[in-house]
Amino acid sequence: MHRIPCPWCGARDESEFQYQGDASVRRPNPEAENSDMSDYVYFRENPKGWHLEYWHHVGGCRQWLVVERNTATHEIKSARLARSGPEER
Amino acid sequence: MAGSSFRLPSGGAIDRSSSLSFEFDGKSYRGFQGDTLASALMANGVRLFGRSFKYHRPRGIIALGSAEPNALVEMRGDARREPNIQATMVELYDGLVARSQNRFPSLRWDVMAVNQLASPFLQAGFYYKTFMWPASFWEPVYEKLIRRAAGLGRAAEAPDPDHYEHTHAHPDVLVIGAGATGLSAATKAAETGARVMVLDEHAALGGWLNHEDGEIDGAPYKAWLDRQVSTLETKENVEVLKRTSALGLYDDNMVLALERVSDHLPEPLAGCARQRLWIIRPQKIIVAAGAIERPLTFVNNDKPGVMLASAAQGLARCYGVAPGKRIIIATNNDGGHRTALTLQQAGIDVAAVADARETLSLCAEESQSAGIAVHTATMPQKALGGVEVSGVRLRGLTSEKTLDLDCDVIAMAGGLNPNIQLLSQGGKRPLWQEDIQAFTAEPSDDAISTVGACRGIYNLAACVEDGRLAGEAAARDLGLSSTAAPSVRIEPSAIDIAPVLEAPKPPGTRGKAFVDFQNDVTAGDIRLAVQEGYESVEHLKRYTTLGMATDQGKLANVNGLAVLADARNEALPDVGVTRFRPPYTPTSIGAFAGHHRGKTYQPIRRTAMHSAHEECGATFVEAGQWLRPRYYARPGEDMLTAIKREATAVRASLGVCDVSTLGKIDVFGPDAAEFLNRIYINNWLKLPVGKARYGVMLREDGHLFDDGTTSRLSDDHFFVTCTTANAGRVLAHMEHASQVLFPELDVVFCSATEQWCGVALAGPNSRAALSKLVDGADVSNDALPFMGVTETTIEGVPARLFRISFSGELAYEINVPWGAGNMLWRRIMEVGAEFDITPYGTEALSVLRIEKGHIAGSEIDGRTTAADAGLGRMMAKKAFIGKAMANRPGLTAASRPALVGVKPISTHDRLRGGAHFVAAPKAREQESLGWVSSTADSPAMKGWIGLGFLKGGTARIGERLFATYPLKDEMVEIEICSPIFVDPEGERVRG
Repeated sequence: MHRIPCPWCGARDESEFQYQGDASVRRPNPEAENSDMSDYVYFRENPKGWHLEYWHHVGGCRQWLVVERNTATHEIKSARLARSGPEER
Repeated sequence: MAGSSFRLPSGGAIDRSSSLSFEFDGKSYRGFQGDTLASALMANGVRLFGRSFKYHRPRGIIALGSAEPNALVEMRGDARREPNIQATMVELYDGLVARSQNRFPSLRWDVMAVNQLASPFLQAGFYYKTFMWPASFWEPVYEKLIRRAAGLGRAAEAPDPDHYEHTHAHPDVLVIGAGATGLSAATKAAETGARVMVLDEHAALGGWLNHEDGEIDGAPYKAWLDRQVSTLETKENVEVLKRTSALGLYDDNMVLALERVSDHLPEPLAGCARQRLWIIRPQKIIVAAGAIERPLTFVNNDKPGVMLASAAQGLARCYGVAPGKRIIIATNNDGGHRTALTLQQAGIDVAAVADARETLSLCAEESQSAGIAVHTATMPQKALGGVEVSGVRLRGLTSEKTLDLDCDVIAMAGGLNPNIQLLSQGGKRPLWQEDIQAFTAEPSDDAISTVGACRGIYNLAACVEDGRLAGEAAARDLGLSSTAAPSVRIEPSAIDIAPVLEAPKPPGTRGKAFVDFQNDVTAGDIRLAVQEGYESVEHLKRYTTLGMATDQGKLANVNGLAVLADARNEALPDVGVTRFRPPYTPTSIGAFAGHHRGKTYQPIRRTAMHSAHEECGATFVEAGQWLRPRYYARPGEDMLTAIKREATAVRASLGVCDVSTLGKIDVFGPDAAEFLNRIYINNWLKLPVGKARYGVMLREDGHLFDDGTTSRLSDDHFFVTCTTANAGRVLAHMEHASQVLFPELDVVFCSATEQWCGVALAGPNSRAALSKLVDGADVSNDALPFMGVTETTIEGVPARLFRISFSGELAYEINVPWGAGNMLWRRIMEVGAEFDITPYGTEALSVLRIEKGHIAGSEIDGRTTAADAGLGRMMAKKAFIGKAMANRPGLTAASRPALVGVKPISTHDRLRGGAHFVAAPKAREQESLGWVSSTADSPAMKGWIGLGFLKGGTARIGERLFATYPLKDEMVEIEICSPIFVDPEGERVRG
């Protein structure tokens, strides 16, 4: 079972979190083309290897985290608060 | 004791002064404290333990510990009956009852053994080939046949009376396996002060030390072992878990282990768990899991009497039981000779050793000088005998000469497989070591080390040293020891072993040579699968089921790969390996469930007024984790009568309903209004303080998500309510919006669901009752108009009043702090008495809202839009979550089914939720025009009414259609009407 290094709570068991999917998506401007919104709503990256993922600490500080995780080795490199905004990859 | 006793006059770690009685297949036997069920039966001359899975062949024990594939029995009885328990792992207790499995009518005479005659149909891939067609045969014929033939024991038919618990541990060092290596590692680590946990699957620690004699550090094995164990057990920083198997090694080095707390007792002691699941998070893991001996692959190698050399040796040394009267050992390495000598020393007749190697090793010469015949370059071609072994046919590997010898035990020493199962689970790829003819696996993680036989070191002194070094290295990494790291590591040394091979099978030899004993997979099955194109090891595994039984192929895998390599004409390491899966050993579901079963499956949430509802005679319904009053039946009343009475009372005078379970979220901040504006489809910026508004949320994909009433308590303080079912989801959705989508907004919020409890006070007399309830606040229509909100007190307790209505009547929702719930309920019943106040439950609540045309969960089903539900006009000209997607052509098409009301033409007909609208009363083959979502037997409308979604929506009011419900063969003629059945002008709520 993963241990996720929550910036508020420290290393916590995966069972305290809810996986919330691809964190590399960016919500387009609401006035954007329908197709951009469609991409945002329906399309998700599913890479083998390093990936940015949302994990919601529902059993802890209730923060949405962006976790950098390797989907092949399950290694976790970093976790930061999603509210700190997008970071260049 | 039975006439044919196999108990040796001395030896074994058994207590001969403590005689125990037990029963197997209805027959009574006696054994000793310290026996396993397997050793006690063998002592009594019982060698036939069960029938095999597919061919129903007679089977005895092969291995002694948790690797045992054959000797699976059904333990105990009634509610504690448990199938597929390894007799080799069952510690004997007085009064033990066990039965053999998979036989009919008796173990010795099993009619299903005719499967052997039908074996051409049961070979590799038989499920795919035999039961292909016709499809109509599946359920009535094939399934019954397969279930009858392939059953493995019977589960209990009553709930398990025992309990299972979960516990967590965070040791510095976890040592898996307490043989010589593990004990040495644990002792060393413990000396440095590290918190050490040691686990071993057996009740007696020591592993192989119990199987032979020798010296460590100048002390006999037994003395060394006793010293290690007593030292460890007296240390406060050490926890030794016996009867505990490591089941799995998971991400971030979490280890799951099962402690069989009470399995060695007739039943658990009062208050004790049957089993305990350990969830262990160590800093360092030392895997000292030892090695498991390999069988040899020859014809009839599954006959009772054929067993591993280590098992034969263990029977004699650990339990003082002779495996048989006359033993022949088949080996390809020195291990077989060591067994031969150990057995001979115990007074057992070892007739010969068949050694696959061409030249005599030193060890083999020792056997010879002990008077044991050694046949070099020889393997067993076939085990001879009827149900049990009565002899063996040996065959020279070069000379091709055969020799038949009498014996009742064939002990196989096919070399050792380091026990890499835990590492393999974690995805560590096994590496073939030609030197020792086995796979090892090196952990890639610094936190894990493998030691001793588990990494191919078979010399006991080297194992002990390897363990010490690992214990010291762990302590050093933890900062508890400052010793320098050794410059060289102990490496496995090459051993004298013949390659893994199937015994030669001259043309025309009949019979089966088993590779996987539990799943009945033969060498012939593997060759056939290859012939049919299932060459890849992964395909082979699934086609033949090799290694897929509960023993995970502990004995089978390497021998299977050897046959596969031979069939493919390749080297063994080139054919690939499959991965072991957790759990290491079969584990009961009860252990995984722990206390999460029955009433403790999940928490039960009760509202603050729960006891008051009980006093009012409520029948409760589960709403998620909540218990809510469903209805309050009076004596002699059935459910439907109670619901109608409650709904009628609300419309006639006054009712009260507990609405505490609604999701409640307090939202604060200068940007609170703007925030709500972005998550609701309607406007919030201009909502005045002291007013509530009905709000609707969409999912980002444009479909309805949730609805509820939200109030403004001050400029920067809103109070959001949402549905009971979505309370958690709405909070998470808002957290996503605030933290991920709109972090620039200055807003904070938190759940207040369990801080405020609430009731709905509904009915034409609700204002009169409310005015008596509150501490002097003005609740007149002018002071508190429809959708008005005010804060006041009730008996001095802060209270919030919301003039909102779900029922369509004049109504108020009253919130007080959670702890005041019972006070509120009691006061309301007092002030309502003069109006004949009626408590109503969720059923009446539902009737009332359907009569009023309010949507609920059945309408917000994840597929409907705001426009579908008649709420399209609420969508404001502003940006909000879901807006872009809601405007997609498919979600705005005029042809989409939209909310309507519906009632049967005949007042005798009933409507059902889920019925489909159709144009004509034909049962099949016509277009569905929509569906009925909610129905109620309405007292106000004096008959069944419903809400539904119909193509064309309210434009079709007045049309006559049919509602079809094929599951009950119903076809009801209906009229489409407005979804608002009661008070369409809304005069009552405003009155």
